[in-house]
Amino acid sequence: MNIVVCLKQVPGITKVQIDPQTNTLIRQGVKGIINPFDTYALEEGVRLKERYGGKVTAISMGPPQAEEALREAISVGADEAVLLSDRAFAGADTLATAYTLATAIQKLNQYHLVICGRQTLDGDTGQVGPELAEMLKIPFVAYVSKVEEASDGVMRVRRMIEEGHEVIETSLPAAISVVKEINTPRLPSLRGLSRAKSAVIPVWTAEELGADKDLVGLAGSATKVVKVFFPQRVCRGEVLQGDPESQVDALLGKLGQAHII
Amino acid sequence: MGIRFDFDKCIGCGACVPDCPFGLLDVVDDKVHLREGCTLCGACQEACPYEAIIIEAVEQAPADGSYRGVWVFAEQRDGRIKGVAYELLSKGRELADALGAELCAVYLGHGVDGVGELAAYGADKVYVVDSPALADNQEEPLAEALSELVRQYKPEIVIAGATSLGRSVIPRVAAVLKTGLTADCTGLDIDPAARLLLQTRPTFGGNVMATIVCQARRPQMATVRPRVFKKAAPDGGRKGQIIKMDFSREGMTSKTRLLSFVEDLTEKVKLDEADIIVSGGRGLGKPENFELLKELAQVLGAALASSRPPVDDGWIPYSHQVGQTGKTVSPKLYIACGISGSVQHMAGMQTSECIVAINEDPGAPIFEIATYGIVGDLFKIVPLLIDKLKKE
Repeated sequence: MNIVVCLKQVPGITKVQIDPQTNTLIRQGVKGIINPFDTYALEEGVRLKERYGGKVTAISMGPPQAEEALREAISVGADEAVLLSDRAFAGADTLATAYTLATAIQKLNQYHLVICGRQTLDGDTGQVGPELAEMLKIPFVAYVSKVEEASDGVMRVRRMIEEGHEVIETSLPAAISVVKEINTPRLPSLRGLSRAKSAVIPVWTAEELGADKDLVGLAGSATKVVKVFFPQRVCRGEVLQGDPESQVDALLGKLGQAHII
Repeated sequence: MGIRFDFDKCIGCGACVPDCPFGLLDVVDDKVHLREGCTLCGACQEACPYEAIIIEAVEQAPADGSYRGVWVFAEQRDGRIKGVAYELLSKGRELADALGAELCAVYLGHGVDGVGELAAYGADKVYVVDSPALADNQEEPLAEALSELVRQYKPEIVIAGATSLGRSVIPRVAAVLKTGLTADCTGLDIDPAARLLLQTRPTFGGNVMATIVCQARRPQMATVRPRVFKKAAPDGGRKGQIIKMDFSREGMTSKTRLLSFVEDLTEKVKLDEADIIVSGGRGLGKPENFELLKELAQVLGAALASSRPPVDDGWIPYSHQVGQTGKTVSPKLYIACGISGSVQHMAGMQTSECIVAINEDPGAPIFEIATYGIVGDLFKIVPLLIDKLKKE
């Protein structure tokens, strides 16, 4: 089974810090990491390859330094990686990103399965997966928590929905997004690390992709950010004083008065 | 296209640096330097005294003016319409009125029930596609049917709930229609002159808000998480026109098939519907201490929730998680016990009517949004609270 895993390199910030002087995000010294949700996609790809044979190709669209993320992918079991990088790709919204990735996936040799993370840490939309599936005219199953069985032409997966989970059968090729419940990503092996170091990662530009310039990057984006601001948090609260007994009495009094309880 | 710097004009004064909301600008060797991630918001351009920052807009053809009206995707499951559809109709009514346009609901399913309710919440028209091919909510036929309706009737705005189904169907529709889609909006407004939908959403884990527009393409599409907008009171006297659409099965075939459904039984808590929620965080210390919160929840008739750390540590199932990657809730009363209040958690509960925070750390961010704060030991406060509530 040939598997394509889509990755994004994101700023590795677990806790976003804001500079109180300037009210901006602190980015200095922040290292790029593989979007944490994508690490489960990568692990699942590698596990499926181990189960059914084939190969795993990791692809990413991003600046030249996103190559680090792809080397990391190779260190944990991806066979090959391709970086889609071109100034023309900059400023892409989800539609333009999905088009770029879909064009690259079509250029790869025959694939059976595309795996994405559920969303990215920075953009946080979760839209690229289903959009690229539509462009590739393949089915998309979101929030997969288990791949029960796969063969050449068909795959059975479990997906999470609000009310519980569904078992879905899909024909292949297909695309899925996975949730973190699906697996525990492995650490790189020594062999993996040395492979990652020596791997040759091709960089595909818009021209090499044969992509329509009007459909990539800013030109291909349908949405545009017109304003960016910081949420206003008005302190509307009242801190209840005293010992625990009087704090609890005060609280119950307030809630009772407001007819909340 | 994009952003450029005129280095003949730039003197490296750094005036733009603090104005970038994303902190992407630096001065390196007396010249401004921009890192990856620019959204072209223009804040730096306004700050530059030397006009050295050039943002070139992409030439875009004006939007097709023949698109008119606001549509809400009325998601159903087993013939029952989801609450988020009514919330979106309530908001949609405001948007349609601001545009002087009609508000329509789209119901796709098999076995139609309660379509009249959609009119009571503001829909002027309800488009109904009733087909066995739509019974199991498989994405491809749903996307096919919705895209086809949009092509035929040309609404200028389409909004849908950011549910697990909405998040996978709606992007497909946007890709079919080659238009813009904004995920998880927390604010929707209209610029009436330009007939633009102003779509505001949190990004970077809720630290920054961005307002996004889809200028040239139609329809303008957005998803909104459940419980972000309030349901208006239904008007039973309001009548809408119900339009049944006939769809041929062709093009509605699905390459996916539902084999079985297993209900999550721990999900009985119904966080989305609870009036009162009792929620616990890392401050509980260990999984057994959730029992204390369970008791409080029971006394109050409340649902039990959690911030992310207890879920990550396996103390409580994911279905209880409130926040950015969990559920968004908006109960009458939210009692946060031992939750410090990360932006991600607060993004999921800050619209609650009344927030009570119980935490040892007086500096915890949760106190900034709490209606009533108690700085103290939750293991003393909560048992007292339970006792007194039982006596009442």
